[in-house]
Amino acid sequence: MSTITLDSKVPSGPIEDRWTSHQFNMKLVNPANKRKFTVLVVGTGLAGAAAAATLAQLGYHVKCFTFHDSPRRAHSIAAQGGINGAKNYKNDGDSVHRLFYDTVKGGDFRSRESNVHRLAEVSVNIIDQCVAQGVPFAREYGGLLDNRSFGGAQVSRTFYARGQTGQQLLLGAYQALMQQVSLGNVELHTKTELLDVVTKDGVAAGIVTRDLVTGDIRSWAGHATLLCTGGYGNAFYLSTNAMNSNVTAAWRAHKKGALFANPCYTQIHPTCIPASDEFQSKLTLMSESLRNDGRIWVPKQFDDNRAPENIPEEDRDYFLERKYPSFGNLAPRDIASRSAKQVVDEGRGVGPIKNGVYLDFAESIGRLGENVVFERYGNLFDMYERITDENPMTMPMRIYPASHYTMGGLWVDYNLMTNIPGLYALGEANFSDHGANRLGASALMQGLADGYFVAPNTVGDYLSGLLGKTPVGTDDPAFSTSVAAVQDDMRRWIAVGGTKSPEYYHRELGKIVWDYCGMARDKNGLEKALTEIPALREEFEKNVRVLGDPDGINQSLEKVGRVADFFELGELMCRDALMREESCGGHFRVEHQTEEGEAKRDDANFSFVGAWEWEGTGTTSTLHKEPLVFETVKPVERSYK
Amino acid sequence: MVDRSAFDAIIQSGGFITADTGGPRDANEILIPKIAADSAMDAAACIGCGACVAACPNGAAQLFTSAKLAHLNLLPQGQTERWKRTEDMVETMEMFFGSCTNYGECQEACPKEIPIDFIAMMNRDFLKSKLKNRKLQGQR
Repeated sequence: MSTITLDSKVPSGPIEDRWTSHQFNMKLVNPANKRKFTVLVVGTGLAGAAAAATLAQLGYHVKCFTFHDSPRRAHSIAAQGGINGAKNYKNDGDSVHRLFYDTVKGGDFRSRESNVHRLAEVSVNIIDQCVAQGVPFAREYGGLLDNRSFGGAQVSRTFYARGQTGQQLLLGAYQALMQQVSLGNVELHTKTELLDVVTKDGVAAGIVTRDLVTGDIRSWAGHATLLCTGGYGNAFYLSTNAMNSNVTAAWRAHKKGALFANPCYTQIHPTCIPASDEFQSKLTLMSESLRNDGRIWVPKQFDDNRAPENIPEEDRDYFLERKYPSFGNLAPRDIASRSAKQVVDEGRGVGPIKNGVYLDFAESIGRLGENVVFERYGNLFDMYERITDENPMTMPMRIYPASHYTMGGLWVDYNLMTNIPGLYALGEANFSDHGANRLGASALMQGLADGYFVAPNTVGDYLSGLLGKTPVGTDDPAFSTSVAAVQDDMRRWIAVGGTKSPEYYHRELGKIVWDYCGMARDKNGLEKALTEIPALREEFEKNVRVLGDPDGINQSLEKVGRVADFFELGELMCRDALMREESCGGHFRVEHQTEEGEAKRDDANFSFVGAWEWEGTGTTSTLHKEPLVFETVKPVERSYK
Repeated sequence: MVDRSAFDAIIQSGGFITADTGGPRDANEILIPKIAADSAMDAAACIGCGACVAACPNGAAQLFTSAKLAHLNLLPQGQTERWKRTEDMVETMEMFFGSCTNYGECQEACPKEIPIDFIAMMNRDFLKSKLKNRKLQGQR
């Protein structure tokens, strides 16, 4: 046990004023002094590109790293549906307070109120900022911005750019970043992967990276380090994340002392294209915005083999509309996912291997006409047709839930700083804003909020205290020890010379995590997983085969380190899920449900952030608790009926 | 592995709208005709894959460059830097890639169905930029 105390550093005062007064109270760095500070930004998705560009605009010296061949390849690009902003352009009763309220409630009262309020406040600035950059959001004929509604909300506050909002927002941030690169304010390192976070006397000193082309291991020193490296959904193997998305940066920071919070809070996305066979490895997500105009149903009868158009209305079960009349097909993601799993488990699934539910646009096409529906979702329909060879305009889509987003992540305070001074985590890599469940169109919002508006302010406050102090140099033993450890690791993996590929072990690990720590969890299953994962890890360490050598391109070597991290993380996810004897948001413990099968929280005992401290491979991590206080939104049962 | 860093260089030379974080106007103060917003979006759909360059007998990157130019030049926000952007991006493109002779293979290869109409727009803008940039400096 160590003596870590979790200080959230949340400002006092009325919730509406906290961010404003905090901004005023933070210390500033004089423009002439900013260039004396080096900030390392790891990752170039929405959070990373936005933070790197903004910090460079402010005058800091930024070094930015991505393992992609260009910053524009970051996985934020894959987000389709939209980004929330509490603009109330539609005059439908939206406000900052309502977005705040919806997000706290949507997160099942497991997020930090002050952070969420700040997120809702800056959501408005994000839309303005993105439009100024030229993000081509959808417009109405009068030239004003168009909005759509999204799961978990009763107002239309989602801004969108056809079916590729993530790409357009990322291009906005990427272009701003490239401008700073051309001005010489950002030093960009592509195809460069973080392999270790270096600390000196408990303070972040920099990072160690590997050049994916040459194999060079290099050290980088900085006054502050920002990890903007995304989530860990690939722990499930089968997920909608890109194949190379991984937890390594966050996990290596965790092993250097940063606490990892709420790892069991993972989100399953309700609308993915079901796997076409059991060997499929990457699933494709269909934007949740489809639920705006699509109706979800399955046949009422078991093993109904009729084609959908031959199933009459009275034989169809629109189960979301039936169970949740007021939200209907727009019920939050976790509820929609579990309901789909329930009907498929009952044997009412549709498609060749009965692993999906229908998402039907016939009614909308009748009401709005083919053109309107196609204009809204055309590019999603095209993508679906390319994959399944079925046209959603004439035949209902088939969808099923899949792992999609992870709410857990590195523990951060109100300033987005981890418990290691000088080490920050932004975007999906941190745990802070979504509680136990994220609402649709909020991930883009959070990534950009952290990157454009939060971190550039709070990092300055930290740096102001370092003026005149020389940072630890890369010749310090802290760096050389870390470099040696990284090189040892790589030699060790290659020396194993076993029989199975890293990919094989990733897939086997994913099956365990999905079966026991997926959509529904129970004590027996989790305990089983906690014996199966270490056993598989031991086999992995003895029997994995990595070909080639550490110099030059070696994708198998890149993969093996990432899989090793997923093993340790997968175990922690299960441990966290076992500890949390309640159901909340994306964490559904079968033992804790209401009579209607809804998640049953235990606010008396579990209204806290579970932040884990690393104690070594194979040793049980230590739990630290940050109590959650709800002063503004009173926790109630999360009902969407 | 494909080295697409030349695309990054083209973007660096002008593929952006200068709008440092903070202090923008309200998003709805900038009215954009739907038809222009839709067309800008058609161009912005480019994913930077490079299929256009690979398909081109000349190894030209006109489709990629013109798509970014059209995205930004069609929007009101992009007008201030329009002529400088056009001149800079075209000249950077020419440092790396071959010349366009209107084969149209790029349009056929493009997975996002970006039309070569944008190349025509780029050529028009490039010609104009030579005059406009002089005019903006106060020369005739």
